[in-house]
Amino acid sequence: MLETPTGGDEALTAVTGAADNQVIAIDNLSLTFQTADGPVHALSDIDLTIGKGEFVSLIGPSGCGKTTLLRVIADLEQPTTGTLLVDGVSPHRARLARAYGYVFQAPALYPWRTIARNVALPLEIMGLSRAERTERVARNLDLVNLAGFERKFPWQLSGGMQQRASIARALAVEPDLLLMDEPFGALDEIVRDHLNEQLLQLWAKTNKTVVFVTHSIPEAVFLSTRIVVMSPRPGRVYDVIDCDLPATRTLDTRETPEFLAIAHRVREGLRAGHSYDD
Amino acid sequence: MSKTLARLFAGKTGPVLFVIAAIIAIWYVAAILMNTPWQRDVFARAGTDYSTSMLIAATLAQERPVLPAPHQVAVEIWKTTALKKITSKRSLVFHSWVTLSSTLLGFLIGTALGIALAVAIVHSRTLDRSLMPWIITSQTIPILAIAPMIIVVLNAIGISGLLPKAFISTYLSFFPVTVGMVKGLRSPDPMNLDLLRTYSASRAQIFWKLRWPSSVPFLFASMKVAVAISLVGAIVGELPTGAVAGLGARLLAGSYYGQTIQIWSALIAAAIIAASLVTLVGIANTIVLKRMGGQPS
Repeated sequence: MLETPTGGDEALTAVTGAADNQVIAIDNLSLTFQTADGPVHALSDIDLTIGKGEFVSLIGPSGCGKTTLLRVIADLEQPTTGTLLVDGVSPHRARLARAYGYVFQAPALYPWRTIARNVALPLEIMGLSRAERTERVARNLDLVNLAGFERKFPWQLSGGMQQRASIARALAVEPDLLLMDEPFGALDEIVRDHLNEQLLQLWAKTNKTVVFVTHSIPEAVFLSTRIVVMSPRPGRVYDVIDCDLPATRTLDTRETPEFLAIAHRVREGLRAGHSYDD
Repeated sequence: MSKTLARLFAGKTGPVLFVIAAIIAIWYVAAILMNTPWQRDVFARAGTDYSTSMLIAATLAQERPVLPAPHQVAVEIWKTTALKKITSKRSLVFHSWVTLSSTLLGFLIGTALGIALAVAIVHSRTLDRSLMPWIITSQTIPILAIAPMIIVVLNAIGISGLLPKAFISTYLSFFPVTVGMVKGLRSPDPMNLDLLRTYSASRAQIFWKLRWPSSVPFLFASMKVAVAISLVGAIVGELPTGAVAGLGARLLAGSYYGQTIQIWSALIAAAIIAASLVTLVGIANTIVLKRMGGQPS
């Protein structure tokens, strides 16, 4: 666990020095939305450290703030209190440095761009040369098994393929950190299983740090090295579960007693955190 | 025969032909009814006995009918287009071109102005609050009231000819474009905007890579309204100037001399031009959206 930075440059340097292995360091973070109906405590006293190469899932019922937490890491929301460091710097600076790739709940592909040009979108914004763009697009489309679909428009692809294209787009930035917000939530079970396997292979291949938001227990257990169980009103971390299944997992892994034991603990956590709700 | 008919009515052609036939039939009945009182007078004054069929034939062949019959208008259009040189002052093609040229100029300026205003409004909260009420107010003033003033004021500062008329078209046509484009430029959903934010895209990049492409369907929808309204503006612009050329001038001259056939042929010409312009914008829309990867419907 990280020492609380007390402010000032010394603290920041100390953190950066200590944070060689820490991609995300969240300390005592809260976020309150001011709405017409009064304040909503979306996040309350979150402490969480995520190390390099980890695959961490945030799981919880809707309204528990898991997406909000991911958006705070991505500098899409501002915390009310507490500190948060991404790669040892503020989320704002991390965003400017394009330190992460973000995958949304929907593919969010631009319908007027072909798949190749959709993947090239961040690269155009980064000002990369045409040759570099072409190379990166080809490599990342290949990585998500979409080679050959460069010239198709999004509507010509299935939902699963569209989401893979959006993952390729996030990877094309070549970030060390991947933030994924229920990327497979809208897909059917079979496609979802398939993409989970592919994502796991991708993670093994690229060695990236992944923060993954989901509300599916099997998905979280199958993918993660660590599972953060969150509970709502106010959104907070209820439990952090190590998920030490063997590194190579197949869909059969989901039938093993180890898997079921972890899934059980996650379910218990969700139930306990949720019990007062209704 | 019945098979051919069935095929016709299965597609678009049949219903369209049917509606046109119905309109023409109603038109003929109306022409007969409206021209009858005067025709009775004529016969009474001349002391001629007349049968019903004579009366009907005569109502459809008057020189200055209250409502000219469709064939009279058709003959007039044919005479003033195909049988006149297009440089002639009596050629409907010549007058149509005069009106069309100021319509197109006004439409182009109006569209450009409309887009520019929309871009400014979308990017500045202050302009959104301060500009929009004036833009809406501008359209509540009757164009017939303001058209002469525009012509006179511009004349006083030495601008005459095509431009003043075009400005009246602009005055009318910028409005739908502004309203449509403000909506269009704001149409990207929050997720798409967030996506660009994660890339730390600049405002210019957000505009060119997201807002502008998203607004293209809105642009074409508002351009369809704008081009038709531009034609109205150009015709209205020809009325107060005592213009000697243009469809507006034909309408005015026709009403001075009671030349109802001339008025109607000018109106039909205006309708044909308006329909063609809207169709052209529609075709451009289809081509552009197809190039933008549009999903065929």
